[in-house]
Amino acid sequence: MAEHDWSWTVRTSFPSRLGAHDDCMREVMANLEQLGWTGRDLFAVQMALAESLTNAIRHGNRNDESKLVQVECRASPERFWMRVEDEGVGFRPEKVPDCTTDENLQRCGGRGLTLIKAYMTTVQYNDRGNCVTMERIRTAEPAP
Amino acid sequence: MAKTRRIKVNESGPISVVTFNDSKIIDEAEIQELGQELYDLVERDGRKKIVLNFANVEFLSSAALGKLIGFDKRVKQHSAELVLSNIRPEIYEVFAITKLTKLFDIKDDEADALAVL
Repeated sequence: MAEHDWSWTVRTSFPSRLGAHDDCMREVMANLEQLGWTGRDLFAVQMALAESLTNAIRHGNRNDESKLVQVECRASPERFWMRVEDEGVGFRPEKVPDCTTDENLQRCGGRGLTLIKAYMTTVQYNDRGNCVTMERIRTAEPAP
Repeated sequence: MAKTRRIKVNESGPISVVTFNDSKIIDEAEIQELGQELYDLVERDGRKKIVLNFANVEFLSSAALGKLIGFDKRVKQHSAELVLSNIRPEIYEVFAITKLTKLFDIKDDEADALAVL
């Protein structure tokens, strides 16, 4: 992660139970709004947060409440950075079927990674595939 | 019709116009409820013409998209018709990114949706 003057950081964890990530999401979104994030930029972060945290709970840790999801976020008026790590065996992102093909269009799942990639400036996975790091550089002008 | 928590249904002649009670469709338990309430429209209540009006929706997760796809399957299985309307630009972008604009019939507003049903 390049040097940057972060206005706000948090490091937290929660058990792998759907809904356990709600407080984390609310805190991140509230802090971004305080930093002046609005519109599509704010929407983009909310989408990436929602999808990556539920992926970690559901797919990474298989809804095992004894396993934790570790989250670290950093934010400034210009950038948002996040790392999400689960305790699972990991996965290969390139092996996930493309949800946008005609044959996969009617599948009820499998869209989270596509949405994360579309909304974040950078997305990287560790070799094991149990940790994702992403960043969004804000497109709208920060308030003076 | 049974009381619903996640949707509101208004009848416009033979057409059921559905609006969403939640502006952010993101909670997993609520999404499960939403899915069942939508499925009941065709499977239990036998509705044949449905408009989903997204005017109130500010955010939805991929899990919500999954329920919409499941609903669309049931609509087709029951030979019913479904049109989506009033999708704000940031939500439309979610449909576009996931290419679901190819799956759903989407109209700008409710009047346009009613006109094609």
